[in-house]
Amino acid sequence: MSPLREQFPALHQQVNGHTLAYLDSAASSQRAQPVIDAMQAYEHADHANVHRGVHTLSHRATDAYESSREDVARFINANHSREVIFTRGTTEGINLVAYSFLLPRLKTGDEIVLTHLEHHANIVPWQLIAERTGACIKVAPVEDDGRVDAEAVTALLNDKTVMVAISAVSNALGTILPLADIIPAAKARGIPVLVDGAQAVPHSVVDVQALDADFFVFSAHKMVGPTGIGVLWGREAILEDMQPWQGGGDMINEVRFEGTTFAKLPYKFEAGTPNIVGAVGLGAAVRFLEQVGMADIAAWEQYLLDYLTQQMQAQDDIRLIGTAPNKAAVLSFLMDDVHPHDLGTIVDQKGVAIRTGHHCAMPVMQHFDVPGTARASLAFYNNTDDIDALVEALADVRRMLR
Amino acid sequence: MSSDLYRQQVLQHARAPVNRRINNNATIKVRGDNPLCGDQLDVYVCTCKERIDDVSFEGSACAISIASASMMSTMLSGQRQQDVADTTAQVLDMLNSDPQAPIPGTLQAQPVAALAAVRHYPSRVKCATLPWQAAAEALAGGASRVTTETNNH
Repeated sequence: MSPLREQFPALHQQVNGHTLAYLDSAASSQRAQPVIDAMQAYEHADHANVHRGVHTLSHRATDAYESSREDVARFINANHSREVIFTRGTTEGINLVAYSFLLPRLKTGDEIVLTHLEHHANIVPWQLIAERTGACIKVAPVEDDGRVDAEAVTALLNDKTVMVAISAVSNALGTILPLADIIPAAKARGIPVLVDGAQAVPHSVVDVQALDADFFVFSAHKMVGPTGIGVLWGREAILEDMQPWQGGGDMINEVRFEGTTFAKLPYKFEAGTPNIVGAVGLGAAVRFLEQVGMADIAAWEQYLLDYLTQQMQAQDDIRLIGTAPNKAAVLSFLMDDVHPHDLGTIVDQKGVAIRTGHHCAMPVMQHFDVPGTARASLAFYNNTDDIDALVEALADVRRMLR
Repeated sequence: MSSDLYRQQVLQHARAPVNRRINNNATIKVRGDNPLCGDQLDVYVCTCKERIDDVSFEGSACAISIASASMMSTMLSGQRQQDVADTTAQVLDMLNSDPQAPIPGTLQAQPVAALAAVRHYPSRVKCATLPWQAAAEALAGGASRVTTETNNH
């Protein structure tokens, strides 16, 4: 795996006098050199606006943008690239579905089913549209080990349920949710399902057709790509049926003051000049991940997660938050009598980058009755040295704060 | 660099905070919230005529917040009300100032000067300011709850 690490220039630096141990990939991953190169090449030579120009650069920009869409469609096994909508990221994808798909059909008494593990991005958009309409949110509970049982979700489904919105992997705890048991139950009742795939796409093979949800959203910056771009995959028939979200250029067929007709998919949902260089970076990220191989990535990360978990469990004053049987790449923990922020600041002085706080998942923290946790999260470019650096830095924390 | 922030003076107050106690007889109680991290500190102030009799605090917060609150309670207890407002404003200005800005002469000999190192840690400045904001609000007689996200402090 180490030649791979060479392809992440940010990892090869000293931070506060120590080799960087980057353990915050669940917040944002580092970028692979091929991603940086592809974006730079585009910026240097190929940039123009997409879809409109008759000149060569506009053709190149359009080709680059659209071939990234093809890359993404192949990567997630979409039926067609028309189903791949470029967004600003996961958050925008969820908002698009909330406002364009659900809100127009939402009415008083309707129920939206979430889980207690969701990121704020998969809670607040639904709350906002529920407040407007008198619909309500039903929350499937999380168990004390951080798992969510499929039955806990399916038990909430009834004739009033109009949407299930659920993450594939919890960003705060790393729990892998039992989608294979939840989605068929929702589909059997004709209930549409949105999957927040932000924490799943970087770590495992995603096949949206096999998953059989109706919407799947994710962000490029968590999968070695750039910030400011993400994907909403939606089932074509549903996307066709939906109203446009934002109006503007690129999303129209014909505009008259008497009325406007809208462009076909996917452009109907891509108003305005898009993040072209972002799409170029996302396409390069996808090709890079394919080259490494998602199955190998998943296996290596599982090895690292097991190693990290064992190292942390060996320390008496460390309490793991989230010990579900099925987990991916994330370890949330607390050290006795030490606030996570102090811990995070002190390990940073040893070059160890972790996240501290509520991880935009305050309901999860409330469940465990903690204001926040320290979270080490892994990517395939990590190694056991990174984990050892964290463990050593924790000794510093003890020395300073006890 | 963290050794700069987690200095002995700061750590002493963090490990064995002074005046960390609930005071149900307080004249004023203000809750300080840092919504970015979920930390909460209640600051209790007892006033007697124009003096501050007693300042205490309780809550769930990081070492920097606790140390800052502890230093604050020792510094403000016994001061005249009008002086307390000045001191509080000065400390907040110091904590929010540029890392290179000099520490005001009146604060240089105070334990709280050790917290000026927090200016090198942008994500931690609000940890240090939280108790002082709550105290400032308590003295101004305004809200019973303040957050680190509602003003420039």
